[in-house]
Amino acid sequence: MSPVTIPVGPQHPALKEPESFDITLEGERILGVTMRLGYNHRGIEKACEARSWVQDLFLLERICGICSHAHSTAFCMAVEDIASLQVPPRAQFIRTLVGELERIHSHLLWLGVAGHEIGLDTLMMYAWRDRETVMDLLALLTGNRVNYGINLIGGVRRDVSAEQLEQVLRSIDFLEQRVRYYVEVARTESTLHQRLAGVGPLSMDDARRLGAIGPTGRASMVDRDTRRDDPYLAYGEVQFKVITDWHCDVYGRTLVRLGELLESFSIIRQLAARLPAGPLKVKAPRKVPAGQAVARYEAPRGEDLHFVRSNGTERPERVKVRAPTLANLASVAKMLENHRLADVPIVIAAIDPCFSCTDRAVRLARSAGCERLSWAELRQHGIDWYRREAGLDLAALDRRLAAHPPPGGPP
Amino acid sequence: MKWPGKMAAEALRQLLRRPATVPYPSVPAQMPERFRGRIVFDAATCVGCGLCERDCPSGALTINEVGKKRYEAVFQLDRCLFCALCVDLCNKRSLAATREFELAAVRRGDLRVLYPAPAAAKESDGAA
Amino acid sequence: MTAVLAALLALCVFPGLLFAAAGGLAAEFVDRKLHARMQNRVGPPWFQPLADFVKLLSKEELIPGQADRFVFRAMPILALAAATTALFCIPLFGPRAISRFEGDALVVLYLLTLPTLSFFLGGWASTSPYASIGSMRSLTQLFAYEVPLLMVLMAPGLLAGSWSLSGMALFFQAHALLALSNLPGLCVALVALLGKLEKVPFDLAEAETEIVAGTFTEYSGRRLAFFRLAVDVEAVVAASLLASVFLPWGLSLPLAATVPLYLFKVLAVLFVLALLRTILARLRLEQMLEFCWKWLAPAAMLQLLISVLLAGGLSR
Repeated sequence: MSPVTIPVGPQHPALKEPESFDITLEGERILGVTMRLGYNHRGIEKACEARSWVQDLFLLERICGICSHAHSTAFCMAVEDIASLQVPPRAQFIRTLVGELERIHSHLLWLGVAGHEIGLDTLMMYAWRDRETVMDLLALLTGNRVNYGINLIGGVRRDVSAEQLEQVLRSIDFLEQRVRYYVEVARTESTLHQRLAGVGPLSMDDARRLGAIGPTGRASMVDRDTRRDDPYLAYGEVQFKVITDWHCDVYGRTLVRLGELLESFSIIRQLAARLPAGPLKVKAPRKVPAGQAVARYEAPRGEDLHFVRSNGTERPERVKVRAPTLANLASVAKMLENHRLADVPIVIAAIDPCFSCTDRAVRLARSAGCERLSWAELRQHGIDWYRREAGLDLAALDRRLAAHPPPGGPP
Repeated sequence: MKWPGKMAAEALRQLLRRPATVPYPSVPAQMPERFRGRIVFDAATCVGCGLCERDCPSGALTINEVGKKRYEAVFQLDRCLFCALCVDLCNKRSLAATREFELAAVRRGDLRVLYPAPAAAKESDGAA
Repeated sequence: MTAVLAALLALCVFPGLLFAAAGGLAAEFVDRKLHARMQNRVGPPWFQPLADFVKLLSKEELIPGQADRFVFRAMPILALAAATTALFCIPLFGPRAISRFEGDALVVLYLLTLPTLSFFLGGWASTSPYASIGSMRSLTQLFAYEVPLLMVLMAPGLLAGSWSLSGMALFFQAHALLALSNLPGLCVALVALLGKLEKVPFDLAEAETEIVAGTFTEYSGRRLAFFRLAVDVEAVVAASLLASVFLPWGLSLPLAATVPLYLFKVLAVLFVLALLRTILARLRLEQMLEFCWKWLAPAAMLQLLISVLLAGGLSR
C-alpha cells in the first residue's frame, strides 16, 4: 500500500480540542507526524494589555477550564512578586487547597479520557462520575464548578469554614477508595495493559532533550516537580512524594497520575489539619509598580510559567504564558515513531494535552526571509485577504463598532 | 498477574444500583450556597461610585445616573462572567449573587437586564 | 397461490424483514441499556433504536465524488438481506427451522460472513482514508475470529452427524445431556462473536477514536440506517444461532413455552455480549490476531476434539 496521509484533527473524535496532526501511514504503520498548532489562539496575551490587573486575573483564569486555577494563581504570584505583597498564610493554604482539588479533578478527567481513547468507556463513566464529587466540592468552596475565581491579587476572596473542611475530608476518603480501585484495575486488567504498556515510549534522555515536564516527564524518570523544587504557596509546609515511574510509556504516565491523585489526597488532609487562622488578603495597589517577575506553578499537566512585566500603570505591559502542554507536545512526534495508527489517540491523550492553554503567539527572533508586520499592517493585511479571497469587507466592521460601541468596558 | 475482565464485578454490581445520573431537568438542579449565579442590583443603596463598572472583567455592567443621586444598572447577561467581582467590590452591598443559572434566552435583547433607579422620592422602594 | 403467499409472508413478516428488524432493534436496545446500567448511567428508552432508524431515514445522503457509486449504494442492502436470510435456517421456537436442508449450517455461516464482506466493500468503495483503513482492518479481523467460530459451530454438527441446524437440534432434543459437552464451544463462540459483531474488544474496524467511523465514515442517511440495522439483525441472528446450537434444551415443549424460552436464551447471550463489551478495552489489530490464534483457536480445536471423541464413542 502506498503511503497515505490521514488527518487526525483539527476535528476528530480522538481529540477533545482542535489541533492538527497529519499522520503519514503505510498500512497501519506510522511513517511520520506533522503537527500544526494555533487553532485555539484567542489573542489572550494581547487582550491582557488592554485590561487592568484585576480584570486580567479573571481573563487568564479562562485560558483553560481544567487548569484555570493554575493560571490565575501563577499570575497572582507574579504580580504579588512585582508589588512585593506578602500574602497571608491562610490565603496561601486556601489557594493550595483549591489547587490540589483542581489537580484531582484534572487527573480524574484524564483517566476518563484515556479510558475512552482505548475503548474502555466504562472507565470513563466511572472516573467522571467520581469526578462529580470534586466538582461539587469546588462549587461548595468557591462558588463555581470550573473557573473558581477564588484568587484576588493579594489573597483570596472567600474563606473556608470548618463544615466545608469536614465535607472536603469526607469526600476525599470516598475518592481515595475509588482511586485505589482504579489502581487495581490498571494493575490487573490485561486488555488495558496491552493498550498502554510499551506504547509511546520516551526514554529519559529523550525526555530531557525534548523538555517533557509534568507527569509525562516524571513517567520517564525526569524527577522535576515545581512544588518540591521551588516551593510556592503552602507546599513548603506539607510533606508529599514526587511520583516518578520507570516504565517510560503511557502505562507509566497512567501510574504517575494515579499516584499523584493519592498524594493529593494526603496533601489536602495535611492542609486541612494545619490551616492557620488569619486575614484572607492584603490590599493590592491599583497601579502595580514597575518591574517584572516570573512565576512557576505545577499545574496538573506540568510546570506553568507566567512572565509579567509592569510599567507602573493600571495595566500590565506584557503577560506571557507558557503552558505545560507546549513543552510536552514536542515529544509526541518522537513517541509515535514506529507505532501504529491505533496508538495515536492514546499517545496524544497521554501527555494530557490542553491545547487551549498552549496556543499563544510566538514572535520569532530571526526574520531573515520573512516579513515583519506591525499591528496596523497586520490588520490591513487581514482585511485585504478577506476582501480578495472571500469577498468580505471587514473594514466597515471597525467603523460600525466605533459608531455603536457596546455598553461599558473595553471592546 | 494480569487477566481480562477485572471490572466485571463492579459492572455487575452497578446493574443493581440506581443510576448516578440526575434526571435534570425533570428534577430541578440545586446549586450550593454562595453559588455565583445571576447578579441582582438594589438601586436604593447604590451611590454611583462606579467601582463595579470599572473593574468588571468583561464590561457587562453599566451604571447610569438618571437623576440626582439615582442610579440604574444595565446588565448584559451574555457578557457577564458570573465572577461576582462587582459583588465583592461594592461598599454599599448593592449587588448580590443569586443561585440562578438557567439564563438561556432566545433573543439577544432578553439578555439585557435593566434594574431601574428608584422613584424620585427618597422613601420609595428600590426596584430590583 | 397459497404457497406464494406463505413465502411472501415468511419473507416480509416472520421470520423475515419485520421480525428480524424488530428483533434487531430490540436487541440493540437491550445491549445499550445493559451497557449503560453497568456504567451507572440511565441508558436510552426502549424506542431509541427505532427513533435513530427513523431519524437516519430522513437525513440527506451524501456520496463521495470519487466513490464507486454502484457498490456504495448496493452494500447496505446486501448486508441487510444476507443477515435477514440467515434467520430462515435457524430453528427458533422448535427443533425445525422454516427452511432446512443438509448443509444449512454452512449456509448460515456464509450468510453471516456476507455482511462483513459488504462492510469491507462499502468502506473500500468510499475512497475515504478512514474508510479504507477500517475496511482493511475489518477484513484482517476476519482471519482472526472466523476460523474458531467455524470450528466451534461444526463441533456439535460432528456429534449430531448432521450439517443441518435443524438436524442438530433434533439430535440434541433426543440426547439432552450431550449438549453439555458443547459448553467450551459456547465460550469460544461468545468471544468470536464479539469479533463478528465488531464489538469491543474487537471493534477496531469501527474504532471511533482512531478512524472516526471506519467503514461507515462516508455513509449517511438511509444507507447508514440499513447498515446499522444489518448490524443489529446480525446480532439477533448470531444470538439465535448460539441459542439453537449450544443451548438446545426445551425444544420439544409446546409453542407457548418455547417462545419465552427462546427469548430467555437470546437475552442471556446478549447479556454476556454486553458485559464483555463493557469491561474490556479495544485491542489493536496484531493483538487481536495474536489472542485469537493463541487462545481462541486452540480452545476451538479442543472442542472439536471432544466432539470427535464423543461421536466416536457414540457410534460404537
